[in-house]
Amino acid sequence: MTIGLIVKTTGRLLVPFIFIFGFYIVAHGHLTPGGGFQGGAVIATGVALILVCYHYRECMEKFIPVSSFKLVESAGLILFICTALAGLVVASGFLFNWLNATGGLFGNAVAYGINPGDLYTAGIIPVLNFAIGIEVFGALSAVLMFMFAGLKETTSEEDDAELPIENIHKGKKGGRK
Amino acid sequence: MIANLPFIAVALLIGIALATILLKKNMIKMVMGLAMLEGAVNLFLVTLGYRENGIAPIFTNAPEGADMVLPTVQALTLTNIVIGVATTALMLVLVMVIYKKYGTVNADKMRRLKE
Amino acid sequence: MKEAGSIFQPKVAIVLIVLVTLIFLLPAFGLTFGAPAATMTDQYYIDNSQTETGANNVVTAVVFDFRGFDTLGEATVLFIAVLGVAMIFRRNHK
Repeated sequence: MTIGLIVKTTGRLLVPFIFIFGFYIVAHGHLTPGGGFQGGAVIATGVALILVCYHYRECMEKFIPVSSFKLVESAGLILFICTALAGLVVASGFLFNWLNATGGLFGNAVAYGINPGDLYTAGIIPVLNFAIGIEVFGALSAVLMFMFAGLKETTSEEDDAELPIENIHKGKKGGRK
Repeated sequence: MIANLPFIAVALLIGIALATILLKKNMIKMVMGLAMLEGAVNLFLVTLGYRENGIAPIFTNAPEGADMVLPTVQALTLTNIVIGVATTALMLVLVMVIYKKYGTVNADKMRRLKE
Repeated sequence: MKEAGSIFQPKVAIVLIVLVTLIFLLPAFGLTFGAPAATMTDQYYIDNSQTETGANNVVTAVVFDFRGFDTLGEATVLFIAVLGVAMIFRRNHK
């Protein structure tokens, strides 16, 4: 089936909401269920929606090349490792929570027991959540775009004829009755 | 015996997944069987950490006076799910390369073409 | 040269499947659902995660702070998988 105008417009309309929802899941990882991996997968769903609505060669290869997703994924992993190494330099060990309860970035102290959550707490855990979210989003989008690049796509004339593809080019007639 | 229903479900899922891997000839269905096997292992890990009448191990707006479920096995399951996604993606890419080179995804016919 | 599918004839495969399913039914008789046997480290994580890490979500505190090395290894596995996919679909531009 050729993709119609309604599907393309609705897909383009829904993608910002998907991105915002995935970013919310990543950012509130230390307060509610969620975190880096789950939010990164939700953000990659937005890219998958765009890939399904538009043809690969028509849109994606011109606007967003695959190398940009690979760059995003590498940046996420490097941010994770640098934050962990900073714990080795500043405080006692690798992956030590050196921002917890110090008053700096994400440094408020948490009341003990059941409480409504405070977003500005928990030390390096939100920073690691962002790094893992960026990495999972880049990785899943890169895998999707590589798999779509290997497919051979049909033209719209072959879609409308409703025949096996070999018979179209032999000159047989077909079409809706 | 009926109280241990999740463990029986794990055994049944493993049996069905093994039957799919061993008895089907289409390679994509074999990959699906392996993904189902990973799902069964994740279910086993999560049911190991359940406490009777427990709540989720989160302190934000939690109900009062209830035990919490064990959190370590849930962390292991998170890691296992991501590793399963990576393995399934690599296997599907290999099936695509085999289809491009041999023209078929049937395991019997592919073995015969090599000779 | 063996012919195709000579090891896993359907009869051998079905015997193997039934045997493995019966072996994996053993946990249903040995374990109890709802009363885990060893809870000492998990009780420590639940009691002390708010003072030591400052997070309300104990699972996130376990994944990123108490067991952060496992998360580092998992991020590396995901990276290597995408590296393998990119290597297979490489185009040689001449």
